[in-house]
Order: sequence, then C-alpha cells, then structure tokens
Amino acid sequence: MIELSLAQMAQGLRQKTFSSRELTQAFLDRISQLNPRINAFITVTAETALQQAEQADARLAQSDASPLTGLPLAHKDIFCTQGVRTTCGSRMLENFTAPYSATVVSRLEEAGMVSLGKTNLDEFAMGSSNESSWFGPTLNPWDLNAVPGGSSGGSAAAVAARLVPAATGTDTGGSIRQPAAFCGITGIKPTYGRVSRWGMIAYASSLDQGGPMARSAEDCALLLQAMAGFDPKDSTSIQRNLPQYADALHEPLQGLTLGLPKEYFGEDLSPAMAKVLEQAIQTLEKLGVRCKEVSLPLTRLAIPAYYVIAPAEASTNLSRYDGVRFGHRCDQPQDLEDLYKRSRSEGFGEEVKRRILVGTYALSEGFYDAYYRKAQQLRRLITQDFQSSLKEVDLLLAPTTPTPAFDLGSKINDPVQMYLEDIYTLGVNLAGLPALSMPAGQVAGRPVGLQLIGNHFEEARLLNVAHQFQQVTDHHLQKPSGIE
Amino acid sequence: MTLTTQDVEKVAHLARLQLDPQATDAYSQALTSILALVDQMQSIDTDGVLPMSHPMDATQRLRIDEVTEQPDRDHLQKIAPATEQGLYLVPRVVE
Amino acid sequence: MQWEAVIGLEVHVQLATASKIFSGASTAFGAAPNSQACEIDLGLPGVLPVLNEKAVEMAVLFGLATHADIPERSVFERKNYFYPDLPKGYQTSQMAEPIVGPGYVDIPLEQGGIKRVRIHHAHLEEDAGKSLHEDFHGMTGIDLNRAGTPLLEVVSEPDMNSAKEAVAYLKAIHSLITYLGISDGNMAEGSMRCDANVSVRLKGEPKLGTRCEIKNVNSFRFVEKAINHEIERQIELIEDGGRVVQETRLYDPDKDETRSMRSKEEANDYRYFPCPDLLPLVLDPAYIDHLRSTLPELPDQKRERFTQQLGLSDYDAGVLSSSRALADYFDRATQLCGDAKLAANWVTGEVAASLNRDGLDITQSPVAPEQLAGLIKRLQDNTINGKAAKQVFAALWAEEAHTADEVIEAKGLKQVTDTGAIEAIIDQILQDNPAQVEQYRSAEEDKRGKMIGFFVGQVMKASRGTANPQAVNQLLKTKLDAL
Repeated sequence: MIELSLAQMAQGLRQKTFSSRELTQAFLDRISQLNPRINAFITVTAETALQQAEQADARLAQSDASPLTGLPLAHKDIFCTQGVRTTCGSRMLENFTAPYSATVVSRLEEAGMVSLGKTNLDEFAMGSSNESSWFGPTLNPWDLNAVPGGSSGGSAAAVAARLVPAATGTDTGGSIRQPAAFCGITGIKPTYGRVSRWGMIAYASSLDQGGPMARSAEDCALLLQAMAGFDPKDSTSIQRNLPQYADALHEPLQGLTLGLPKEYFGEDLSPAMAKVLEQAIQTLEKLGVRCKEVSLPLTRLAIPAYYVIAPAEASTNLSRYDGVRFGHRCDQPQDLEDLYKRSRSEGFGEEVKRRILVGTYALSEGFYDAYYRKAQQLRRLITQDFQSSLKEVDLLLAPTTPTPAFDLGSKINDPVQMYLEDIYTLGVNLAGLPALSMPAGQVAGRPVGLQLIGNHFEEARLLNVAHQFQQVTDHHLQKPSGIE
Repeated sequence: MTLTTQDVEKVAHLARLQLDPQATDAYSQALTSILALVDQMQSIDTDGVLPMSHPMDATQRLRIDEVTEQPDRDHLQKIAPATEQGLYLVPRVVE
Repeated sequence: MQWEAVIGLEVHVQLATASKIFSGASTAFGAAPNSQACEIDLGLPGVLPVLNEKAVEMAVLFGLATHADIPERSVFERKNYFYPDLPKGYQTSQMAEPIVGPGYVDIPLEQGGIKRVRIHHAHLEEDAGKSLHEDFHGMTGIDLNRAGTPLLEVVSEPDMNSAKEAVAYLKAIHSLITYLGISDGNMAEGSMRCDANVSVRLKGEPKLGTRCEIKNVNSFRFVEKAINHEIERQIELIEDGGRVVQETRLYDPDKDETRSMRSKEEANDYRYFPCPDLLPLVLDPAYIDHLRSTLPELPDQKRERFTQQLGLSDYDAGVLSSSRALADYFDRATQLCGDAKLAANWVTGEVAASLNRDGLDITQSPVAPEQLAGLIKRLQDNTINGKAAKQVFAALWAEEAHTADEVIEAKGLKQVTDTGAIEAIIDQILQDNPAQVEQYRSAEEDKRGKMIGFFVGQVMKASRGTANPQAVNQLLKTKLDAL
C-alpha cells in the first residue's frame, strides 16, 4: 500500500480496496518504526490524522470527495497549522502554536487530505543540509551518513523513506529541489506568486515559494493543483487561471527544445554526476526532445546576489521575534534591551544569527549601495539572462546540485562552502521562475537530481517533461537502501 | 573587506543580538569570508541597471476598506509569554 | 542681535478608514486593550499585509488639495528599529518614493496677507501601538490596538519663521483634512499629531542653524508654546556661548519645557529598504482625475467665493470658511434667505456666541440653518425688528418652538407698522410726560435729536418692542415739532 502513487491510492480508496483510516494507520506505523532513525518529523499528529481520515472516509462514502480526499501528507514545519505547533526548526518557536493555518494547509485540508504531522527543516529554512534544525538533523534514508539536503530535508527524507506519500516544501534558494535531488524524489518550485505565502513563515519574502514534494511528477501535479491559485491575503499572489496540471502530463515531447546552460555543466559539476545526466539527456532525446547549449554567463554571481538579498530580507523578517507577543522569552529580563538581546540570542541558532548579521550589515548606512542595491541590480541582469535564453529554447535542463548528498558534518563549519552548494538553484529564485528536480540516477548509492527550469507559469510543461521521462525510466521508483 | 569585532558588535546591536564574547571572533571571521564571497558582485558593472526588488513586474493590489477581523484577544494571547489585563508586558520603557 | 527662527513641521494624520492600512481589523478609538489587534497587526509569523484602498484614496485627495504632484508609482519601505509598540520590528512606511510629491498650502498671516508654505512630500505609513506606564509590577503594558492605523505623514519645508506661523500652518492642514473628510482631526485622541523641527539663525544668515526635533506637541496651544520655548532656549544657549546639539526633545506641557530624549537617539540606522511583502503602488491617471472631480470646495476657494461673490468681509469669510460644517451651515442659510451679509452676521454673531456659551460645535446647533433663514426672512420683510429677532432666536435655541413664525405668533412679537396704532401710543406718551415735552420744546434745535431718544424708548416699551423703530422716530419728530 505504501508504495502506491497518490493517484493509485485515490483509486484504491474509491474502489474500497482500503480505507483512508487503514492507509493513514499504515503510514503512522511506518513513522513510529522509522522516524527515530532519520528524524524527518518534528511533530507527528497521529490522533488528528486518524480523525481526518475518518472524515475523509465519510466524504468518500457520500461521493463528496476531491481527487485528494483521504490521501496522507505531511507539512514542512514552516507552514502554520492552527492547533498544532509550528516550530520552523527553531528554539524560538519551540512552543509556538499559530492561531491560524497557512492557506496551503487550509486548501489541502479542504481537499480532504490527511496531515500526518510536521517535518524537520533547517532553522527558519536557512540551510542546505538540515543540520541547523534545533530539533537535530534529519538523516538521508539512502545513506545515514549523508545529509538529506535542505531546507525541506525532513519532507524529502520522509517521502523517500515512504513515511508519507507526499509533503509540502518551500524553496527560497533551492530548498525544495536540492533535498528532492539528495533524497531521490520529485519536487517542484512553482513560479513566484503561484502558491500563497499566507501562513508560511517568511525567510526571504521576495524569494520564498511553497511547492509539492512527492515521488513522481504525476503526484506533484495532483498536489500542486490544490496548493496553487490566487489568495487575496497575499499581495504577491498572482491572479491568473490555473491550468489542469494532470491533463498536461500526457502531451508528447516531440519538437520540444531543451537548453543546456554551459555554465551548469562546467568545472563545479562532478564528473560522475555529469555522466548520469548525459544518460538522462539521451533518454529525453529518444522521446523527441532536441537539446541545445545555451549560456547563462552570470550563473556564479547568483551566489553573492542571493546571499545579500536573502539575508537582508531575513534580517528584518526575523525582527518580530522579540519575546513580547509569542515565542521564546529569556528569563527575568533586566531591561528592554536585555529582553530583546537575550531572547533572540537564546532563541536563534548560529546560522540564523550569521544571516541576520550579514543582512543587517548589507542594509546599514554606508553599505546599502555597495551590497543591497548592487545585488538587486545583479538580480535584474541574472533575470534578463534567463529570459533571453528562454526565448531560444522551451525549457532549461541542468543538474540540481554540483554533487550528490554530502556527508553529515562535512560543511557545517564552513558557511561559504555550504553556500556554494546552491550554485545551480539560486538563480531560479532570483528570477522567480518555476523549476523541478527529479531523480536521474545514482552516484555511489546516492541519488542524482536533474533540474528542469521553465519560464514564468510553465509548471505544466515542467511536469509534462518529467512525467514523460518517468514513464520510460524507473529512477523515481527506487527505494532508499539506508533504512530497509 | 575585513570585519573587525567592533564592526560585528555594532551590527549585532542593531539586530539586537547578544554574541558570546568568545564567539565574536568566529563571527567576524565567518562574516569576513561571506563578505569576500559577496564582493564578487563588484566585478560586474551595473551602472544604470534598475534595481529589482521583486521577481514579477506586478503592482500592488488593493483591499476594500472593510472590517473583516474580530480579533479574539484571549486566543491570540494564549501564546504570549507575559500579559496582564489584556496588555503585553515588557520591562519598563523609559522615555 | 536679530534672531530668526526656522521651523518645519511633520504632521501625522490618522486617516479615517474603517479598517487598518494593512489588515481588516477596526481602527475605532477607545476599545479594550489589544481587542482590535489581529494577527497581522501583532506581526505573528507568516502573516502578510494587503493595502487598504481607502487609505490610498485619502492620501491622493490630500495631495490634490495641496496642489501636489501625485507620482504614478510609489513604494512602501521598511523602517527598521526595535521598540515594544512596534510589533514587527519595522514600520511599513514610504521613503524614496512617497505617494504624494511636493505641494503647498497658503496660510493667513497675523499682520494680513498670506504666506505660502511648501510641503516637501506626504507619505503613507502604519501607526504604532501604545505603551502604558502604569505600574504592572515594574513592567510596561503594551496595547497594540492603534498598531496598523493608517497615517499620512505630511512633511513641510522649513518655511515658517514663528510659532504663530506654525500654528497657522497646522490649522490650515487641520481644516483641509476635515474638509476632505479624511480624518476627524481630533488632536486630543491623537488623530493629528505634530513634531516640530526648530532652529535659529541670525537674520540675513543664509545657512540654517542646527535643528532640534520637538516631539509630542499635540494641541495648537502646545505647538505655539513649545516652539516659542525652544526658540528662546536655543537663542539663550548660543548667546551664552553654547552650541545647539542636533537631538530629539520631548515637550512637557505640565512644566512647559522641552527636554532631551537621548535614550531614543543613539545609533539610529533605520535600514530602509523596499518591503518585499508589498508591491509598487501604481496609480492610473484616470483614477487620479476621477478623485480630482470628487474634491469638495476647499477653504481657500470658499473664502474667495464668500468675498468675491457674496461680498463678505475678509474677516467673516475667514471665520466662515474655517470649518466645512460652519461653511455648509452658512451656505444653507444664505441659500434659503437670499441675504449673505445678514446670514453672515447671524452665524458669526448670535449663532457663534451661543455655541461658544454652551460648548457646542456647529453640527450640534439646536437652531438649524433652515430655522435661522426663517428668522432672517421675517427681519427682511419687516415682520419683526432686530430686537424681537433676538428674542425669537433665543426661543428657537431653547427649542421652545420649531419655526420663527411660531415664536412670533406665540409671543406677539409682530412689528407694529400701522401708523394709526403707533400714533395712538405716541399721543398717550406725550400726554403722560408733559414736563419732558416742555423741555424738548424749549431746547435748542441741535439738542433735540438727543432728547427724542427718551420718547422713542417710552413708545417702544409701551409697544413691548413691536413698534417699528423707524416709524416711531418719524412720527414722534413730526408730532413734537408740530406742538
């Protein structure tokens, strides 16, 4: 049962092969068995999950069900869930229960999905390895010595380990795609503004975007259909009709041109990865796709631009954590300054503090032009690069990461090395483009992610190409070897 | 550009962070290396380029002026560390 | 030495929207603490702002009324600082690209004439909450009901040179915002607040002196006192060989002094940058034109119409245009009675005095403009004389009757113009006062004018004020002279 895709599970529920309660219980059992080994969940909501499953079964019996009714999922613990604590992987919010739910959470709840709990993440989504979580690192189910990636590492590991068939994630600089790549699953970061940010705890507001993570493109399409769409509560939400993602999956790929940005296949990319990707490209060519080299000359500069813009926004987004209205408050504050400084210093971990400091510095008097303004100018140039290459080709194809999952602890003490890992994912966020990562093979037992990047609102095309690829390959069906 | 511990302390104060004195050195080293990475930006001439604060060229949507929220104070203050008579408490503010 | 003060004002106007600038919580004043602070106002994690269209409209109306440029695009920025009444740790405000560009207002000067005060810009921002310093075990209580109330901050150029000019400017802004209906302008409730930037320099010196910002001057009276006090302080300081330090000072109305607020002053680096949760606000020229067409007649235009078209004095026109409600009252009364000067006399005279005596404002007047016009009409057609009119007004004010005619009827105040009736009274008076008649007759011609007053008084008294005074005068003179 746990190996089925979301579509197959939905079919099983309708044919009464199993009930949502049985399905939910099966995954809950697996969570209690395996989660202690990989630490993918921060909070498991077994009781409410079973209640939701029973409600879903009732809806199914009354034929009042959506395509997602009764299907289990988990939320990255960055989405606020009314009545269930939302920690954002931080001590600051260890005991925080939001008085409201994120739009994404409400929409999936209304669709009748069953939430099994909240998944682990880098603190405030700041990290590429899941090692900055206050609740301990999540381990990669393919290899317990490897990181699962970040920041949506808990969601990726949970899906890969079959603790849940699908999960929500967020992507500010690669936080859906990179862990999807490291854990051998499929994840899509939609166009900026496609998925509401209401109730999604902000890291960098102009870059953050929620999206689905699942084992296949088809499952991602099902979830995205319910997650996406205009939300009046988010000023940056886009008012534009949603296509039927599932319908677009079956389009033939004949005549499609994919661009291979040469800067993404340069010296940063490990040769073993390059080989895996080469095979994937050949598979796609057999499906009728034409590939062509393109250039994104500013690729490397996405790193500095991102590591100014994201910390700058984060530094002020995180000012509200002051120990007054919610969140961690230090004991016996002596005065106001003591309240602020001790509450924040105790509540935030090292990487969060580093990024707050960098962002504060970049915005401060005398440095704004050289850092923040410069980064925003570069952002425009990087966006223009993407746009001109997407005039030449339909989509871009690239590695998601330069290497497969790295070892736990190998980069945690060197922030710059950690930041360089994000080279292939950051540009997409700066430009607000949709991008998808799917498994394309393995290197030394660790999965390799292939990234597809489209123009604004081209999610359907990305899912279409990934689905067609997954029809003729079985990388997405591989089970992680680390925990079985 | 090298950040001194004094620079770090000044920025930490602006951000209301209290850094462990032993850790300040480590922070200034880390920040210095991050800024070195960031300084790669200066290699590109961006004169005349309009700064981009938002990925889509969209404009602000407006909300109708209606009272739609009836806050439930007790509910909202359940998560507050210190309240009394409906007020949030902080150490005495001296003006 | 001749000193000159240079003053600029920053006026914060709370806009009279129903809901907050970025949330759907109510802006009503005086609710229980934190009962009007929703999750957005509280800055809880994951919440997002959406801009209130009414706040935008009100800001644009203000801009149009101050002859300002309204840029097509404006941008919200974050002003970052930590304070307990500022829930997000930043105030959403505008800096580089405000919604209202440069404009001006004209203010009347005490010595006559007008002065143009330039407005640098006006921008939208959110208000902060309030700190309550009553003792909560040595703690301060924070009420965030006010947090998120829309503010329009109007920043003047340093064009004023005295506290009186500053007050005139503030009154002009007050009258504009109430005319436009974009704020109730209630300074006691903080709907309009003012910070003053004050510096002094020697007359003729082109360079500006070092300025101090005085906060918390929230009534017309305090603005004048605080600025005068600060000007004196700075002059004394310089004359004693000291130097003015740029700082923020707080006005204490109880002690009538300003004192330094060093605690808030240290290391202000607000790190303004465009708010990534809000997009650039772009206003369609057609929208601005539409708003322009909805502008009411403004104080300056009204004043001009009152003097040019209605022939009122500058003084009356100034008084009557000072508030929209007063002007509307006057306009209505004039429209119904057809005599602007008489209406102006009554509104600035009897009506104003009675309001003042009873502590009411014009909207609470027990005598409606329709009633006043009814009274004026009876004066115009000589049904009553001026003295009786005052009695009628007093009766209407006391709500003894609904119309002037009812009062006239009930009290028998109808003026007697019938010559025969008046002659009969005169004959009686002359008969009753032979001594005075004799005096009159023997008096010199030039003294007689004065002496006739006695007889007029007696006749009026005998008629209970209803005799037409002109007729009485005329008839008395003829009769006495014929004796």
